[in-house]
Amino acid sequence: MDKRHLFWLVGTLTSIGLVIAIFKWLVLGFSFHPEAISDLWEIEFKVQFQGKGGPVKIEIYIPSNVHPYTIVDENFVSRGFGLTTIRKKGNRRAIWSKRESSGIQGLYYRAAIQKLTSAQQPASIKTPKVEQFELDDVTKAAAEGLIADIRVHSADTDTLVAQLMQQLSLAEQNSNAALLLGSKPDLEKRIDAAILVLNLIDIPARVVHGIDLDTTTRDARFSTWLQIHKELRWWYINPDTGQQVEPESFIPIWYGKDEILHVKGARKQGLRISVRKSTQSSLQAATLRGEIISPQLLSFSLFSLPVQNQEVYRILLTIPLGAFLLVILRNVVGVKTFGTFMPVLIALSFRETQLIWGVMLFCIVIASGLAIRFYLEQLKLLLVPRLGAVLIIVILLMAAISILSHKLGLERGLSVALFPMVIMTMTIERMSIVWEERGATEAIQQGIGSLLVAAIAFLFMSNVYLEHVLFVFPELLLVILAITLLLGRYSGLRLLEIRRFRALADSKSDV
Amino acid sequence: MFKLLQQLRQAGVLGINQRNCEYTLVYNQRKLYPLVDDKLKTKQLARQARIDIPDLYAVIEFERQLADLPEILENYADFVIKPAHGSGGDGIIVIVGKHKGMYRKANGQLVDIVALRHHISNVMSGIYSLGGQPDKALIEYRVKFDPVFEHISFQGIPDIRIVVFLGVPVMAMVRLPTRLSDGRANLHQGAIGAGIDIATGKTLTAVLSNKIVTEHPDTGNNVMDVEVPHWDKLLYLAASCYELTGLGYQGVDIVLDRDLGPLILEINARPGLNIQIANHAGLLPRLNRVKQAQAILADIDDRIRFARQAFSVLH
Repeated sequence: MDKRHLFWLVGTLTSIGLVIAIFKWLVLGFSFHPEAISDLWEIEFKVQFQGKGGPVKIEIYIPSNVHPYTIVDENFVSRGFGLTTIRKKGNRRAIWSKRESSGIQGLYYRAAIQKLTSAQQPASIKTPKVEQFELDDVTKAAAEGLIADIRVHSADTDTLVAQLMQQLSLAEQNSNAALLLGSKPDLEKRIDAAILVLNLIDIPARVVHGIDLDTTTRDARFSTWLQIHKELRWWYINPDTGQQVEPESFIPIWYGKDEILHVKGARKQGLRISVRKSTQSSLQAATLRGEIISPQLLSFSLFSLPVQNQEVYRILLTIPLGAFLLVILRNVVGVKTFGTFMPVLIALSFRETQLIWGVMLFCIVIASGLAIRFYLEQLKLLLVPRLGAVLIIVILLMAAISILSHKLGLERGLSVALFPMVIMTMTIERMSIVWEERGATEAIQQGIGSLLVAAIAFLFMSNVYLEHVLFVFPELLLVILAITLLLGRYSGLRLLEIRRFRALADSKSDV
Repeated sequence: MFKLLQQLRQAGVLGINQRNCEYTLVYNQRKLYPLVDDKLKTKQLARQARIDIPDLYAVIEFERQLADLPEILENYADFVIKPAHGSGGDGIIVIVGKHKGMYRKANGQLVDIVALRHHISNVMSGIYSLGGQPDKALIEYRVKFDPVFEHISFQGIPDIRIVVFLGVPVMAMVRLPTRLSDGRANLHQGAIGAGIDIATGKTLTAVLSNKIVTEHPDTGNNVMDVEVPHWDKLLYLAASCYELTGLGYQGVDIVLDRDLGPLILEINARPGLNIQIANHAGLLPRLNRVKQAQAILADIDDRIRFARQAFSVLH
C-alpha cells in the first residue's frame, strides 16, 4: 500500500543525503567540525584635503588580497567624486577625481579584512623580473665592492642577505656600504640600497609598506619591510638584522618606493588610518571556508553565494531543524503550543537576545500584552481592529522595554526589537481566547509549552556545530525531511497521552 | 513508563496519531469535511434526510444584520448562539430567558444586547473557527432539559456522544455539565463523562478530569447505572449519520429534548479520545471487530444489531 511507497521515498531521500554528505566528507575533505574562527579586521582610510576650486585628483594605495589576508567587504565613501580602481605591478590604487572642488573634503575607504588561518600560501609560478637600475660608475663600483665583501662571508642566499643587511646597518665600518647609503642613512635608504645590491646579483627584491593589525587604533602607522623572492615565493626580511621572518599581523598595502597618497589640485590635510578588530564572528567563518575550498566545487554550493546571502542561509538552514524538533515535540511527546510554527520563530529571535534574556523579554511582552488585551475586551472591539490595536501596543511595549533597559544599562534589552511582533500579537490573542474559554491553567500551560519548545529549539538551532554541519552539508536536510515524512505516519501513543490514558492501564480489552 | 505503554497497548487505547493516521485520514474523505465542519450545512443535510435537529431560527452572516438583532430575537424566549465552524463547544452562548430587556445566560448571568452583538461579531470574525476564517453565527432552538438527567447534571444540557465507525456505533458516553464546566458539556472544561453500554444504554464508569468518579460533584447523585431513555432511537440516529455524511469515522453528538426526544446537535469528523477514559476501555479492539465484520453488515439494522451484540459490557 502507500506505506511501502513512503518507505521507498524515505529510503531514497536518506541514501541520497547520506551519500552526498559522505562523499563530501571523505573525498572532498569537508569537515564536520567548525573551523577555528579567524580574525576579522576593519580598516578605514580617511583622506582629508582642501580643494582649491579647480579639478582634483586623489590617488591612494589600497589593500588587495595578499596571503594570508582576504578582503571580505570593501566600500568607498566619496560623494560627488568619480572613482576608479586600478591594478599595477601588484598594487591596487583608488583614484578619486572631480572637476571642481573647494573647501575641506573627506574621502573614505573601508575594508573588512580577514585572516585565513589554515590556508597555505599559493606558490607564484613565475619568478618576477629583476629590476634594472641605471647606475653611475661610483655607485656601481661601491655595490660590486659590497657584494664581494658579503660573498666571502656567506654560503647561500639566506646568509648572503643577512650579511648584506648587517653591513648596511654598520655602514661606518664598511666604506662601500656608506657610499651606497649616502649621508644620514635611515631605514628607507638601507632598504633601497639592499634592493639595488640584490638586484645586481639576480635576487628579486622589493620594499613593502603596510600596517600592523595587532592593535585597535585610530591612527595606525605604516611599517616597512624588505622582501626577497626565492623558492617560488616572497619572504619577509627584517631590514635591521637581515633575518628571514614571518610577521604575524602585518598586512601589505603597497610595494615599491612611493608615497601612499598623491593629491593633485588640492592642499593635502592628512591621512588617517584606523584599524579595528571586529567582534562579528560568524560572517568571516563563512568566507574563510569559502576561500579554502576549491573554487570548482564552490560554484555548486552555498559558498558560491555572496557573503551576506551565505549568512542568511546559515540561519535559514537551521529552521528545518527547528521544524523537525517541533514535529517530535508535538507528535511524539504531545506538547501543546500556540500556533504551529510560533515556537520556531521565537527560537529564531532568541539567537539575538540569548536564552535567559529572550525568555524574560518574551514573558514581559506577553504578560503586559495580555493585561492590555483583557482591558480591551471590555471595549467590545471588532476582531481586526482589536488585533491591530494589540499589534500597535506590542510594538510600543517593545520600544518601552528597549528604552528602559537602555537607561538601566542593560543593553541586551534592546534586542527585544527582534521579536516577531505579528507572531507575538497572535500569541496574545490566542492565549486570551484560551484563557477565557478554557481557563487560566490551560492558557498558561500552553504558553509555557510554547516557550519550552522555543527554548529547546533555540538550543539546537543556535548550536555552532549543528549550524556548521547543516551549512556545509545541506544535503543532510534530505535526511531530516525523510525522518519528518516517516513521523508523518507515526501512529504510536504520544508520551503525554500515556499519562492522560493511564487510568485505562488496568482495563481489560473488553471485546 | 514502558510497562504503562505496554498495558495501554494491550487495552487497545487509540492515540491521536493513530486516530489521524489510520482512521480519519483513511476513512474520512477530505471533501466531506465541510459537511460537518459547517454546522449550517449539517443542519440542511439532516433536514433533507428528515433527521431530527434543533430548529434553526436565524443565520447571522453580515455585520449589518447585528443592528436588527433585537428584532430577530424578539419572538424567541430562549435560544442558543453558536459559531457555524466552532469546535469543542467554544463560542456557544445559551440564553434561557429575558429579563427587562436583558438576556439571561444558562448560568444565571444577565447580559445586554451589546454583549450579544460583540459576541456574534467575534464569531463572525472567526476567532472560534478552525484556521480563523470568517464565520457565521447560528441562532437556534434551545434544547429543553430532559428530567432524566436532572439529578446528575448542573444547569446545562447533557449530551450523548456516540463514535460511529463505518456506520456501526462503537462507543458511547454521556457528558454531564458541572459547576466547574460552567454548565457546558465538554470534558476538558470540567464536565463529567460517563460511558454507556451500547447494548442496554445504561451508564457505566464515569470520569471527571481523568479521574474515575461515581457521584456527580454538585448534586451528589450516583452517575452510574442510569438508563438513557430512547436508546434505540439514539443508536438509530447515530448509525444513520454514516449514510448522511459518508464519513467512515465520526462522532455524533445527540441531545435529549424533553418534548422532541433525541436531536442531533452536531457531527464531528475528528472525535476526541476521552470517550475511552469515560468507558474505561480502548477503542481499538472494537474498531478492529467492525473491520472484520464489515462485509456482512449490509444495512443499518444489521449494524445496530451487530453493535449491541459485540459491544455489550453489562450482562
